[in-house]
Amino acid sequence: MRIFDPHVHMTSRTTDDYEAMADSGVTAIVEPAFWLGQPRTSVGSFVDYFASLVGWEPYRAAQFGIAHHCTIALNPKEANDTGLAREVLEVLPRWLAKDRVVAVGEVGYDSMTPAEDDAFSAQIALAADADLPMLVHTPHRDKLAGTRRTLDVLAEQDFPPERSIIDHNNELTVEVLADTGCWMAFSIYPDTKVDERRMVAILQEYGTERMLVNSAADWGRSDPLKVSKVVAAMQEAGFSDDDISTVVWDNPVAAYGQSGRLELDVPGQEADSTFEGSSIRRTSG
Amino acid sequence: MTDQTAPTDPAEVTAHLDARLDDDARAWFAESRDRIGDDPAAVRVLFPAVSRRVGRGPLAPGGDGDDPFVWHRDDAGRALLLAAVDPGARPGELRDCYTHGDARERRGVLRSLEVVEVDDEVTAELVDDALRTNDVRLVAAALGPAGVAVLDDDGFAQAVLKAVFVDLDLERIAGIPDRVTPELSRMMADFVHERVAAGRAVPASVWTVIDRHPPADRLAAIEAERDHEDPHRAAAAAAALDARP
Repeated sequence: MRIFDPHVHMTSRTTDDYEAMADSGVTAIVEPAFWLGQPRTSVGSFVDYFASLVGWEPYRAAQFGIAHHCTIALNPKEANDTGLAREVLEVLPRWLAKDRVVAVGEVGYDSMTPAEDDAFSAQIALAADADLPMLVHTPHRDKLAGTRRTLDVLAEQDFPPERSIIDHNNELTVEVLADTGCWMAFSIYPDTKVDERRMVAILQEYGTERMLVNSAADWGRSDPLKVSKVVAAMQEAGFSDDDISTVVWDNPVAAYGQSGRLELDVPGQEADSTFEGSSIRRTSG
Repeated sequence: MTDQTAPTDPAEVTAHLDARLDDDARAWFAESRDRIGDDPAAVRVLFPAVSRRVGRGPLAPGGDGDDPFVWHRDDAGRALLLAAVDPGARPGELRDCYTHGDARERRGVLRSLEVVEVDDEVTAELVDDALRTNDVRLVAAALGPAGVAVLDDDGFAQAVLKAVFVDLDLERIAGIPDRVTPELSRMMADFVHERVAAGRAVPASVWTVIDRHPPADRLAAIEAERDHEDPHRAAAAAAALDARP
């Protein structure tokens, strides 16, 4: 089964993970720009991170036959450092214009502060200017209220639901989203958020339309093979191959394809290929 | 001009590129130049989009896209967008396009130096940065006529040595052989000796540099390696010297 993981933070993962993902069927991914676990203190740290998302990381992924794309944004947690946030927002348009940048994201709410409102609103406008979809994550705390507020803000700025990908959903937020026309994404985690069994139950209740499943694997406890584990759980539950493929391939291709910047063909890999003169090899020569 | 695929003025670039564009790309490109003419800051989001809008292949029909000295369609597109920036705003925008650029964008900025007017100071800053990378695309693009024009003799010698280390064809570098000094000939001969002593091969183009001012003592030392007791060294010396025209 061909798999597209539409949310995975590969910067935090090893080449072993890339290899295992490729073995599990992953041939395409989206890596959203996000919080790195500790606050950044200068705009240069963001710029270097964005540069690696459009440069080094696609090179690493390609070594394993995986087409790498990314989303670029100021995340809500760091939006609260308002001086820094202003500087980051200023450089974002350049980075949103790059090849293989397929959405503005992750944006949304963390603590639902006024500073987060401002950053979210400013980035909705940037997405419209750059003609890109948005990847919006729902907050960990007060999730249901945060999801409703997210939808209100998108509607206030006339951002099209079909270009809105709302992530980190659960059994309660999916009820709110089901009739909105937004894409509904689910992060499958080992302990928190949704697991494979609950995901299958949600798909049985709501169907496969506009549904996305991702591993959201990062530097925390997480599993980059979760999408393939959902595939197995769906097979066991009796979903057809077509239905499974809708969720793990067709839907992410349709959602992010709206950017016009998916590049799903990975060029053939030569053993001596490098990225700007550097490689992931450890052998000399 | 070192390379027949390398244009030298904006009109020539425009003609080359125009012949390669379809109607959609041509319309996007014309509109983009107008927008930049009205507002130089527009280049910030148009510049990164050039590759997917005008294409990535070689600019000249039948050109070799893997040849690092060859101009690509997006190089031409980017050079022309920078040419459309108001000269007053150009140094700042050009420098920022480089700083925030990926390798293709940076190559486009370096190629633009051949066809747009900018201060030597800005050119030198970008060329120095490109020569610090190990990316053959950037090193080759920095070693066109505009790039080498801002290098003094020492800088030029270091650049040529860099080029041989990253396996570029030295004869394609602007200023070869006219700008080769006796010191550079000596340095290149020492490079050959070092490689031969390691039993490794050297490209034939080193001789264009060495033989501009042949350093007799260094050449004698390489010649002596032919008889070295280590067969790898002797074989490497023979291979290097036999390639000398």
